Amino acid sequence: MKKIVITLIPLALFFGLVTLLFLNMGYHNEHVPSPLIGKSVPSFELPLLYEDKTMTEQDFIGEPWLLNVWGSWCPNCLYEHPVVTDLAQSGKLKVVGLNWKDEFSDADNWLKRLGNPYDVILVDYVGNTAIDFGVYGAPESFLIDANGIIVHKIVGELTPENVANEILPKLAQLQ
Amino acid sequence: MLPEIGQFLLVLALLLATALTVLPMLGYARNNETLMQTARPLSHVLFITTMASFVILVVLFVQQDFSVRYVAENSSLELPLRYRITAAWGAHEGSILMWVTVQALWIAAVAKFSRSLSLDQIARVLSVLGFIALGFVAFVLFASNPFETIFPVPLDGRDLNPLLQDFGMIMHPPLLYFGYVGLSVAFALSVAALIGGEINEQWIRWSRRWTNIAWAFLTMGIILGSWWAYYELGWGGWWFWDPVENASFLPWLAGTALIHVQAVSERKNAFRGWTVLLAIIAFSLCILGTFLVRSGSITSVHSFAADPFRGIFILVLLAIYSGGALTLYTFRANQLKSRDTINLNSRETLMLANSLIFITATFTVLLGTLFPMIFEAVGKKISVGAPYFGLMFFVLMIPMAVLLPLGSQLKWHRDDVMLAIKQLVPYLLITTVLAVIVWFLFKPLNMRAIAGIYGGLWVFTATVGQWFKHPARGSAGVIGMSVAHIGVAVFLFSMSMTEHKDTEKDILMQPGSTHQVAGYDFTFTGVDRVQQENYQAQQGHVEVRREGRLITTLNPQKRFYPKQQMPMTEAAIYAGWTKDIYVSLGEAVNKEGGWAVRIYIKPLIRWMWFGGILMLSGAIIALFSTRIKRQEDKQRDRVMEQQLKLS
Repeated sequence: MKKIVITLIPLALFFGLVTLLFLNMGYHNEHVPSPLIGKSVPSFELPLLYEDKTMTEQDFIGEPWLLNVWGSWCPNCLYEHPVVTDLAQSGKLKVVGLNWKDEFSDADNWLKRLGNPYDVILVDYVGNTAIDFGVYGAPESFLIDANGIIVHKIVGELTPENVANEILPKLAQLQ
Repeated sequence: MLPEIGQFLLVLALLLATALTVLPMLGYARNNETLMQTARPLSHVLFITTMASFVILVVLFVQQDFSVRYVAENSSLELPLRYRITAAWGAHEGSILMWVTVQALWIAAVAKFSRSLSLDQIARVLSVLGFIALGFVAFVLFASNPFETIFPVPLDGRDLNPLLQDFGMIMHPPLLYFGYVGLSVAFALSVAALIGGEINEQWIRWSRRWTNIAWAFLTMGIILGSWWAYYELGWGGWWFWDPVENASFLPWLAGTALIHVQAVSERKNAFRGWTVLLAIIAFSLCILGTFLVRSGSITSVHSFAADPFRGIFILVLLAIYSGGALTLYTFRANQLKSRDTINLNSRETLMLANSLIFITATFTVLLGTLFPMIFEAVGKKISVGAPYFGLMFFVLMIPMAVLLPLGSQLKWHRDDVMLAIKQLVPYLLITTVLAVIVWFLFKPLNMRAIAGIYGGLWVFTATVGQWFKHPARGSAGVIGMSVAHIGVAVFLFSMSMTEHKDTEKDILMQPGSTHQVAGYDFTFTGVDRVQQENYQAQQGHVEVRREGRLITTLNPQKRFYPKQQMPMTEAAIYAGWTKDIYVSLGEAVNKEGGWAVRIYIKPLIRWMWFGGILMLSGAIIALFSTRIKRQEDKQRDRVMEQQLKLS
């Protein structure tokens, strides 16, 4: 019996590992102090989803905006979609989508099915810009002020609560 | 029509893999020879079927059949033929189909080259391998089908990811898959042995050959991956401790431990349970690596589009195969009792130490890779970067380098450690003299560089000296071991030089201006435009001179692939015997044609990869060992005799 206890160790460790991997799949829903807060937006030049041109961080200077990282493959982006739509329709700020590691046809279908809440959609097919932003998983959102400084970051989906308690108060402070 | 045939062949492969899983094992359980004999023919048919479906996928790419979604997403009318062929395994779906094909190839090879195994042994091994193939064929069919069609058919495809339009990246995945899948043979043997509750020397000796080949492929795959990252990512680095890189390094580390332990357990009745466990760990890490790369659990520099369903699927496969094998291990490992006692003063002890060092390294890297996840589970975020890995690895590789010559000095079975250490003293003196010379040539050197260089020289002198004194220095086993260990020495030495004696400069260069870096003069003569089949590039011209003499003109490029809207940096490298001169273009800085240019001088970097090639050559040379061949022949005769007696 004692011998079995010893040979059981690898299986027990393995079981722990698989549980950990399983729990970590999909979404990351923590409040994370990002080192980027208070810093300028990392520079980027990205193509747009629906227009044949590229935009850089300079093009967004002049008004506060929200960068929302999403992908059609991301289940939690589905949950936050109505919240993003409400926020964009409120007209309080510009909502920019960052379509992350997605195929055009998938992204297009997703938006056609659910509606397109975004003012502009940038495409980061390879994921380099997302890495510059320190994106850990989708969805993530960044509140950026008129000078291009990152004010706040939300990891995980936007909810009516964190929009009302975090995004909107921070936005009010800016104006 | 072709996509449907491909699809049909995959369904057929699923059925064949199921049959291969069930029939031979049933035969083993009921002691029914006829059923056990189905294993070999089923293996061959399985290979033909999967190979045919893979060929069909290649043909679809060559014909530019954009009605197939996978082709439309990874090819385009402008893509040159050579990349159209390789695009077949460039993205997820095709690469998993390739995995399945390679798996079936190994199964067929095992079925063919296994005459020294008895029927019940090979039936069990092939059944376990069939079960692994079954899972991956199912993964292709249900979660990543490359033959899925789309409607309406697009006029042109989306083009292959430019990062993958490159020789290194074309060869990298197949080599890794050969390595991953090759380790499944040792895994299958372990499971088969646990099912039967017995294992013997012959069986381990047979599997050792497969482990060596798999390990050699894995080594080559890692070398190519490192080389690719070096010239393609434009940062001049050769290893980033990125999760995706770690995913291929983990099985390599465990495989290294396995190779050394197998060398003991095929000679005597010892370390049985440990051999079996290491084989299970090594292959489990292959599946885990695939999971990490494919599931999107971890964000990485070169991760792939994440899909939760695929992630779950691979996780379930991992749980079934590794969980199953470890459950068997829990209850059966004690039956594989090792009977021989191990003398503390013997090579066996050092081999055990080696495997412990390497398995510790494995878990250190694994922990570093998963650490961000563990912390996240308790609500904190951290990132673990190169400093952690670099330091941990350094700490672990010191005892490895120190003990390696002692291990090859000691004899099998029983020896005198004090005597062996005395015999090593001359090598130690030579090493010290050489190290002092290196110090004077290249000072200043920091602690880590000194340790690495000293370690490299120590392993080198001792290995060469021991080889000259070895009574059997002509045998393939001894040559293989020595070559591999010299590879370790070459790697340690050149890696320390590359890491600690390199020069990196970011310079703003105006056309016509000259800058001096590490004794070389770099003259920037400007940038012009180049048009290629499927990309445009801005190509810089940098003349490199030493003391006025022109050495080379380097032409780094900034490429733009319009189909994928993707910029790419293409470094230009002057590869020399003693150092690489590496130039890559940054950004255009001003209107006068000034550019930010990155210049790296990397001493001995090629030798580092060459060290890796020596390691894998050693593993290949060892395959031709006459001792093993003799024993295999003997065993084959024994098996034949038994079969004759039975019939």
